[in-house]
Amino acid sequence: MKHARITFLLLTIFALALTGCGGATSAPATEAPVAMTEAPAAPANPNLILATTTSTQDSGLLDVLVPMFEEQTSYTVQTVAVGTGAALKMAEEGNADVLLVHAPASEKALMDAGWGKDRFLVMHNDFVIVGPAADPAGIKGTPTAVEAFQKIADAGSDFITRGDDSGTNKMEISLWGKTTADPNGQAWYIDSGQGMGATLTITSEKQAYTLTDRATYLANKENLDLEILVEGDAALLNVYHVITVNPDKWPKSNYDGAIAFAKFMTDPATQKVIGEFGVDKFGQPLFFPDADKTDADLGLE
Amino acid sequence: MIFNAEVFQITILSLQISALATGLSLFIGLPFGTLLALGKFYGRSFLLSMVNTGMGLPPVVVGLFVAITLWRSGPLGDMHLIYTPTAIIIAQVIISFPVVTGLTAAALQALDSRLRLQLYGLGASRLQMIWMLWKEARLPLLAALMAGFGSVISEVGASMMVGGNIRYQTRVLTTAIVLETGKGNFDFAIALGILLLTITFLVNWALTWIQQRSAK
Repeated sequence: MKHARITFLLLTIFALALTGCGGATSAPATEAPVAMTEAPAAPANPNLILATTTSTQDSGLLDVLVPMFEEQTSYTVQTVAVGTGAALKMAEEGNADVLLVHAPASEKALMDAGWGKDRFLVMHNDFVIVGPAADPAGIKGTPTAVEAFQKIADAGSDFITRGDDSGTNKMEISLWGKTTADPNGQAWYIDSGQGMGATLTITSEKQAYTLTDRATYLANKENLDLEILVEGDAALLNVYHVITVNPDKWPKSNYDGAIAFAKFMTDPATQKVIGEFGVDKFGQPLFFPDADKTDADLGLE
Repeated sequence: MIFNAEVFQITILSLQISALATGLSLFIGLPFGTLLALGKFYGRSFLLSMVNTGMGLPPVVVGLFVAITLWRSGPLGDMHLIYTPTAIIIAQVIISFPVVTGLTAAALQALDSRLRLQLYGLGASRLQMIWMLWKEARLPLLAALMAGFGSVISEVGASMMVGGNIRYQTRVLTTAIVLETGKGNFDFAIALGILLLTITFLVNWALTWIQQRSAK
């Protein structure tokens, strides 16, 4: 008897839980038709997979741009935020339709190999070197990033590298290549193997140095015990391009959607939104629109 | 190509951390589970429900709370444990301890209650009786140990958060798989996955062998 009563009680709880879920899911369905009436005719394939880097996702920029794009075009964007290495790989394997990435050298290789169809300059932000206020390696105010890296290596101060093949990681490795130091295998060169947000947390906890994009640093600043020590070097520009996946290689990819997204990202109205993003919260823009510029203007060949 | 020195180091570290965490869970969970199974005290069934809920504790939530506690700004920040193997062990003990405890309690409660009366009747002391009950329930108790080990060797959320996935220091098999997948090195990630499964299988095979041998 006792068991029967407990079973009944459990079933009642499950039943209540189920009706609760049902009520929650029915709510958005009533809103959907309203959005549909404003948007143009639905595209043949409304699902668009955007592979992008963790930095655009973590900064919150995509949370603003993607809903705008979806409303204007009635595409549904599935954003996959990964390291640039994985994003480029997704294009090669046909698992994405469009990329928003920042590793110009690797992007060129992707285009040369024919995996990407079109490539548009969208925007840039910049990298900064952050570290503890005490600045044990004395890099504050050093004019170039390479000199600052050299000082960190000479002092043997802890430096956290992401080590995840991301755009930021690739930039950092190229900077080390211009110093006389080889950080690999050094005790002070700590490999976090994680995204920018987590790496900044580790850097702050260990009171070490790291290279970060300005946007992610500003977005996490209040939780970090770190300061910007080196900035403004032309070598520290972080340039973003949109790349459409080549439909000749992957016929199943949503090329129409990819082109629509590329057009949207380079549209003057969107560019204005990009340039104003973050000003209200951080007092300075996080990204600088570049659709009217060329790669050469930004010092990329 | 996959069996280089670094993969070996990561594998050994994973085994050390998870074995130590499981061992500690057994050390606390076996007595505690026994108390919950045999003891008669107020709030026993409430505690048992807590433990049973804990068997499904999401590792990432455990990781979050352990991280907040161990950060330099946290209450135990002065111990400098964050991003060390010790931090991972702490989190993994919290994850596997309820598993071991809950399954221990269930194993002992499944024993015929007349066995206890008989042992008392034969003049066994309290400790002797518990020892006999453990021996009697050794099959499900070894299963509890295997479940505890399985819950920690396979978790990634807590290891990532409190360990930091730092190369040569706190990178374990599961976090290395996340990293390699993020890099787009899917073949290497799959190889590490197969390695992890093989190791888990070998450990469980050994434990099952002990278990089945004692079943005869």
